[in-house]
Amino acid sequence: MGTVTERVAGPPKAAPRPPGRRLPARASGLAGWLAVLFVVLLASVAIGTKDIPLATVLDALVDHDGSSPDQALVRELRLPRTGLGLATGAALGLAGALMQALTRNPLADPGILGVNSGASAGAVLAIGFAGFQHFSGYVWFALAGAGLVSVMVHLIGSAGPGGATPIRLVLAGAALSAALTALVTAVLLMRPEVFDAFRFWTVGSLAGRQADTLWQVLPLLLAGMLLALALARPLDALTLGDDVATSLGGRPARTRVAGVLAVTLLCGGATAAVGPIAFVGLAVPHLARRRSGQDHRWILAYSAVLGAVLLLAADVLGRVLTRPGELEVAVVTAFLGAPALIVLSRRNRRSGR
Amino acid sequence: MTATASRTRTRTPKQRPLRTRTLRTRRFSVRVRPRVLVVGAALLVVTAVVFVLACVTGDFGLPMPEVLRVLAGGGEPGARFIVVEFRLPRAVAGLLVGTALGASGALFQSVTRNPLGSPDVIGFGSGAATGALIALLMWHTSALGTSVAAVAGGAVTAAVVLLITWRDGLHSQRLIIVGIGIAAMATAVNAWLLSRSRVQEAEVAQLWLTGTLNGRTWDQVAPLAVVLAALLPLAVAQSRGLGLLSLGDDTAEALGTPPRPTRVIAIVTGVALIGASTAAAGPITFVALVAPQIARRLTRAPGPGIATSALTGALLLTGADVATQWALPSVEVPAGIATGLFGGAYLAWLLTRRGGPRD
Repeated sequence: MGTVTERVAGPPKAAPRPPGRRLPARASGLAGWLAVLFVVLLASVAIGTKDIPLATVLDALVDHDGSSPDQALVRELRLPRTGLGLATGAALGLAGALMQALTRNPLADPGILGVNSGASAGAVLAIGFAGFQHFSGYVWFALAGAGLVSVMVHLIGSAGPGGATPIRLVLAGAALSAALTALVTAVLLMRPEVFDAFRFWTVGSLAGRQADTLWQVLPLLLAGMLLALALARPLDALTLGDDVATSLGGRPARTRVAGVLAVTLLCGGATAAVGPIAFVGLAVPHLARRRSGQDHRWILAYSAVLGAVLLLAADVLGRVLTRPGELEVAVVTAFLGAPALIVLSRRNRRSGR
Repeated sequence: MTATASRTRTRTPKQRPLRTRTLRTRRFSVRVRPRVLVVGAALLVVTAVVFVLACVTGDFGLPMPEVLRVLAGGGEPGARFIVVEFRLPRAVAGLLVGTALGASGALFQSVTRNPLGSPDVIGFGSGAATGALIALLMWHTSALGTSVAAVAGGAVTAAVVLLITWRDGLHSQRLIIVGIGIAAMATAVNAWLLSRSRVQEAEVAQLWLTGTLNGRTWDQVAPLAVVLAALLPLAVAQSRGLGLLSLGDDTAEALGTPPRPTRVIAIVTGVALIGASTAAAGPITFVALVAPQIARRLTRAPGPGIATSALTGALLLTGADVATQWALPSVEVPAGIATGLFGGAYLAWLLTRRGGPRD
């Protein structure tokens, strides 16, 4: 497992260029993606089940006068939904990049390392036994579950003699996921009313979440994002291995603890708000690394932007594809992300890694 | 990859020389490791005990001697009815499904040279669930139809994964990446299907998705027994070839084991085994992943260890079923929940131990 996964993650074989010329390329690339993000944001506000003329949409955004129900629809439904997509997409992209850097494992993903199932278990136990019905009640349990599982995966993965190798972490994630999924299923089978709510939450979606969800989860996500960005330099050192990082004056253990905290805030918050969404965290950092090389300041910036673009584009696509109904965003990201991952693994192979 | 595989393989079973004996007759010679034989025998004995316990366990209290008399062919008609019609099929289903899962897991992990290369991970379980959900929720089929659809769904998923992966031989890492990808797509479809159906139907589907031995009858057990009788010897016979593959494709080829056909046969056998078990009991998680790893630790032998994995799988599933019936006699807890809980906890514990799962 070890070697080849690392090969997937390995530095893209960029032509050796003088370091001075890398910066403008990365900066202009990022600017380009920010422009794409802007277009996608606009599309997310403009496109929906109901046809609303673009002029009305723009009026609603820029020059809102409350004159038409269409404007209200844009402001009260589409805008919060777009904001939720922006925040959770960026959070998931960042979390994926963090996890892949922390575990030195290109397969790291909230789903694979068990964070999703931790959040699910927290939410289900809170709804099932503590009677929380509203998001503001169970979000803390979801967050606690995600955090607990992150820490446990890390502790279990690094408890053995070899330390936290990628494969041990993935196995620890698989182990805890399996146990927690079983627990969740047991609760669901015993409590049909919880099952009914859970089955809608578990297909991750930006639709139908409560309007104030964004405001409740935003502080958590922002805190996670700031912490993640602060970790960029220590993560660069960590990529070289714990020994090298230590000898360069880094503190791998402290970086890991802070990283796990950031991942918990980002993944746990996003998952609690919109349900489990796979592949954004897995695919985005791969794309980001191809664009930005190995510097984590750039990887994290690209990952946040690309994550938001991917999630919002998937959400818009889900609305366009099955009009007048809509396809949940998690279904779309799975169908976009899986082929992307597969193509990525093949391309890496073709270039003779 | 090759380098990693051989390095880890030599490191795993402590740095102790493995004792090997060679048994010869005039025409055949077999190399056996005494430890493997002892472990195998012990597993058989424990499994037999657990099997009897499974026949004793149930709502209606029957004393052990009475159950033993029934198993020996005698007993009161009433006791006979309960044991033969209700408890035996369930216990036998546990044995057979566990056997199939263990053997299948050993085949897959050996082909992919990866402890995560279990059928669950490469998408078979999710694909089978998709097939079953489509049959249950969209076509409203009978139990038999659901089973057939599940096997078809799993086989199609496995075929897609293999076709995408297949280029120059079978690259282990790509198989797992592609498998994770396809599995995630199937999981998304499954959640979507569950959210779009009526709640009563969704609950039935959820129960099926968990995997259960509750209420198995001879109708489900008999086909599985027939399939296993054909496939199990085939699986065990592949041990040597798969063991050689771990030395690297070139070495295996030079020793007379062509890598590609060996892998194809192993995968087809593995898919058929897990398909048969899924048709009988639904997708039971973790046994295929954990059984080979437990077996490997117990025997400390290199190679795929298909027979010992199969035995371990049978013991795990039957034991899990008995344990849940004892722990929660009033609720019908599906065996899949127990295997998930115990399997997950066991794997977590294993990881914290010296020389845990190969990595």
